[in-house]
Amino acid sequence: MSHAFVEVQQAAKRFPGAKGEDALTVFENVSFQLHKGEFVCIIGHSGCGKSTIMNALGGLDSLSQGAMIMDGREINAPSLERGVVFQNYSLLPWLTSLENVRFGVRARWPEWNDSQVTQHSLAYLKLVGLAEVVDRKPAQLSGGMRQRVSIARAFATKPQLLLLDEPFGALDALTRGVIQDELIKIWSQDRQTVFMITHDVDEAILLADRILLMTNGPQARIAEAVEIDLPRPRSRAEIVKHPNYYTIRNYLVDFLVKRSSELHTADLDRRNLQYPRSVDPVALAVDAPVDAQETDSPSTAASNLATFKRKETHHG
Amino acid sequence: MDRTTTEWNISLNMRATVLAVLILAIGLGLWEGFNQVPAMAGGGGELSEYQKLMAGADETAKVPPPSEILTRAWEELSNPFYDAGPNDKGIGIQLGYSLYRVLSGYLLAALIAIPAGFLIGMSPLMYKALNPYIQVLRPISPLAWMPLALFIIQDSEASAIFVIFICSIWPMLLNTAFGVAGVRQDWVNVARTHELSSLKTAFKVILPAAAPTILTGMRISIGIAWLVIVAAEMLVGGTGIGYYVWNEWNNLDLTSVIFSILMIGVVGMLLDLALSSIARLVTYQE
Repeated sequence: MSHAFVEVQQAAKRFPGAKGEDALTVFENVSFQLHKGEFVCIIGHSGCGKSTIMNALGGLDSLSQGAMIMDGREINAPSLERGVVFQNYSLLPWLTSLENVRFGVRARWPEWNDSQVTQHSLAYLKLVGLAEVVDRKPAQLSGGMRQRVSIARAFATKPQLLLLDEPFGALDALTRGVIQDELIKIWSQDRQTVFMITHDVDEAILLADRILLMTNGPQARIAEAVEIDLPRPRSRAEIVKHPNYYTIRNYLVDFLVKRSSELHTADLDRRNLQYPRSVDPVALAVDAPVDAQETDSPSTAASNLATFKRKETHHG
Repeated sequence: MDRTTTEWNISLNMRATVLAVLILAIGLGLWEGFNQVPAMAGGGGELSEYQKLMAGADETAKVPPPSEILTRAWEELSNPFYDAGPNDKGIGIQLGYSLYRVLSGYLLAALIAIPAGFLIGMSPLMYKALNPYIQVLRPISPLAWMPLALFIIQDSEASAIFVIFICSIWPMLLNTAFGVAGVRQDWVNVARTHELSSLKTAFKVILPAAAPTILTGMRISIGIAWLVIVAAEMLVGGTGIGYYVWNEWNNLDLTSVIFSILMIGVVGMLLDLALSSIARLVTYQE
């Protein structure tokens, strides 16, 4: 067996049922690997256990079954090697932005002196564009700024694995776009391994190297792993012009709308260790051109984009 | 448009002050008017034989009017620290004794209640085990402990401090436990993902998170302690503001009684202000 950086094998989470009822299985037989430096997103409907998987990776929650291994060691407690960005930011409200980042940096490098800790923290706050508001407390910041502080705190400790639990879920679309760009910027600096939950298909395509698709719970599992083979560095403005963008997007949307509920346990093996099937939507679309035509073929998408592009230059 | 500020053109604070002064003036005026100390010469005319004999004492005794109390306050406050024997000490000395007892009992209680509250708040086991004792001990009037304290400690001074200790421990204990138990799991998770030791988690996350609740408990406690010290000193005697009130009552000096009642109120308010300004330092907005 190959030794991936992070290895999750046959993970399952069950909750004991009420008297006389069977236990509720949220997900089972979930196995996947994360490679070093990879950005992986996981998409699925609410209730399929994404957050449980993430919390288990963070060491904050336990699985009912299965194992998680990072760098040859089992994950059974939280560690500084795994940084977590929570959806609700989880900043300490009595500390300023700078102190919140310092909190993480200080915990990571206890031997550093104060000015080293401050310099390092400030550098990361600057990276997310918050140099001006380092002395404000979270209550005095907007939601977007708070999440940026939280991201700065997580990245500043340079963990080997970063876990982002739907970090932009509570933000409006505009703010979300800006912070996605900042996330790309900060990620491309250190190239840490990132595992991120999202509900936003476009966000996943923009950020990820690979997208794990989960079927609906209960008894959810990871059905497929979609490789996102778009060139990096990516930006929100450019990526949609790529000829393959809409092929991938349609494939993902189709999965979420239709196949995530149809693909129920029966289709997927219960017992054997099995990694999710790797899928390349672009190759699939070429193999089945009729199907692709029905939704939105790459060529149509490309021509649409060409006109769009002209308009933009005209205005700009 | 904000009618209250634009039409009246006077701020709310200003109007409140005017109203407060008005209430004070009317209250004091009525008190002054209705409670003139009976004049020795009843009616100003000739005294009857009987009146001469009684020297006016048959007149109903009245509460001294504010003007007399103000005069007494001026006398007392212009020389608060004189000491002319056991039964004649300045108001400053008496208040000092009371404050000393309150603060020692109170700090002793804080020293025990806050760590114990942490323990109870962090551990459901300790909470369940200790809760019955707390529930039984908490409603006991602190003065009920006095005879037992006097018997065991055999020192009236220390017994008074003990009574303060026992009455101020409960609000601090319960509020600390409540605050610690209610710290948001997210913040505890932040500590966990940063591999903070239990001790560091307690000091860097749980203590600041629970501090406002703990301070609320401390504020309630100091209020209760100040209420109780007066009663306790009436019992143990010797020194302190409670003793002073009782002593002046025995001297039938109602002017001093009223003056010391006012002083108890003022000092209690200052104690509360002190605690609330500390609370403001540790309060945070979520």
